[in-house]
Amino acid sequence: MDKIGSPQAAPGTSKRPLSVGDLANPSRFLSIVEPLLPWLAGATVLLMALGLNQVLAAPDDYQQGATVKIMYLHVPSAWLGMLCWGIMSIAALGTLVWRHPLADVAAKTAAPIGAAFTLICLITGSLWGRPTWGTYWVWDARLTSVLILFLLYLGVIALWRTVEDPSRAARAAAVFTLVGALNLPIIKFSVDWWNTLHQPASIFRAGGPTIAPSLLLPLVIMAIAFTLLFITLHLAAMRNEILRRRLRTLRLMQAQSAEH
Amino acid sequence: MTAFSALLMRDLRLAVRAGGGAGMGVLYFLIVVTLVPFAIGPELALLRRIGPAILWLGALLASLLTLDRLFAADREDGSLDLLLMAGMPLEIAIGAKALAHWLASALPLVIAAPVLGIFLNIEPRAMAAIAITLLAGTPALTFLGLIGAALAVTLRRGGLLVPVLILPLTVPVLIFGVAASEAAITTTMPFGTPFSILCALSLMSVVVGPLAAAVAFRHAE
Amino acid sequence: MNLGPHADFIISAYAATALVIAVLAAWIWLDFRALIRRLAELEARGITRRSERADASQP
Repeated sequence: MDKIGSPQAAPGTSKRPLSVGDLANPSRFLSIVEPLLPWLAGATVLLMALGLNQVLAAPDDYQQGATVKIMYLHVPSAWLGMLCWGIMSIAALGTLVWRHPLADVAAKTAAPIGAAFTLICLITGSLWGRPTWGTYWVWDARLTSVLILFLLYLGVIALWRTVEDPSRAARAAAVFTLVGALNLPIIKFSVDWWNTLHQPASIFRAGGPTIAPSLLLPLVIMAIAFTLLFITLHLAAMRNEILRRRLRTLRLMQAQSAEH
Repeated sequence: MTAFSALLMRDLRLAVRAGGGAGMGVLYFLIVVTLVPFAIGPELALLRRIGPAILWLGALLASLLTLDRLFAADREDGSLDLLLMAGMPLEIAIGAKALAHWLASALPLVIAAPVLGIFLNIEPRAMAAIAITLLAGTPALTFLGLIGAALAVTLRRGGLLVPVLILPLTVPVLIFGVAASEAAITTTMPFGTPFSILCALSLMSVVVGPLAAAVAFRHAE
Repeated sequence: MNLGPHADFIISAYAATALVIAVLAAWIWLDFRALIRRLAELEARGITRRSERADASQP
């Protein structure tokens, strides 16, 4: 590992091509990510605009009418909510197994973003359910699994906030994230089983419409747009967290030097 | 700033910080309410019927969750001894802490209850009734609960004791809270009857709670 | 554009999504501004990281 402070060529130049190791060092991570962020943000906005354009142009579902347009928000946010827990799990491995310095930062910053996407999924699912199923909430298998995922997100966020020491918090959150990741298939399976066991009395279709191609394109574009949004927000939040840790270090240094 | 309000503000600020438990109570409430349909099935008509009961039970358990920390944190860092020696009457000091606890831990539950009512398919008028009964009844839960917290603070494994001590005391509050909620929905009896008893229970506990807790502290050493 | 009889729900869904995303993005951005400001304050008082001081002292 290079010593901090020794002069060296910037990464990405001919003298020092970019390597994966560059991402491990917080300072170099910042220098790579900072210039990227505006471009990512711009690309996100563009794709969102394109996606919304496609959504408006898309035809109505023959059964659900125009309410199927809510699907273009509901499904991508569900995917992102689950993808985010997957990313947190990889970060958790980075913390526990490889002691990667940025893994803590990645895990901590991903949690609120994943929770937000899961919340969007719950809200849009509820608003989709009201006209199609008659109530704002139904305990159907998929919505229920997403609700449990949301509770897991809130739990890990609570864990990060309650444990005061950052590295202890990171390890605790990593363990919880991995346990959650292992449990998610089990939760999904048991909720499916519970749902078929009880066969609720109200009449509703257990899934969304089977996708027609004219409905698929807007969905794919919105999914890509949401993914870009996630990447942008996550990298920005990671940058904030690195700065926050710098601030903490400087304050501790300041307190120490004041003692002498 | 009087001593009462100073203590109140201090406790409020501590409660909303990390590890303070204000948000934790709401999260626990949400989890408990979510668990019930897994146990009894997702049939919406059934959930609507017992919705008020689920919300009241969830609020009761959630406010218990943070009660054992009411005095324990102060005992650990020595503030409790300072309070006992301070010029302010002990009952008033305990009252300030209890009020802070209610504002920070119980009031969010009251606000969260209508939102959670959506999960239980409760109708809007019932949600409002439940929120009002919780608003009137949660002070009783807090002020009765602090008796158990005071009794248990000197014990090492006191945290497990607090629910055991307090839950029997809160049974009347639960009975009249749920009855008032049901009365608002089904109108088999006037809402005022159980509701006024609920308010009376709360007022009584605001007096009895700090008195009993102060006695517990004075005899603890 | 005709969104059908349930237009309110469709619009609410999009509005709620936009709100959550806006709050999230705003929080991240405001957090960034606050951090930059505090770091600048510390630097103005001469408290910097070892690496920056090392770079400054070298020609």
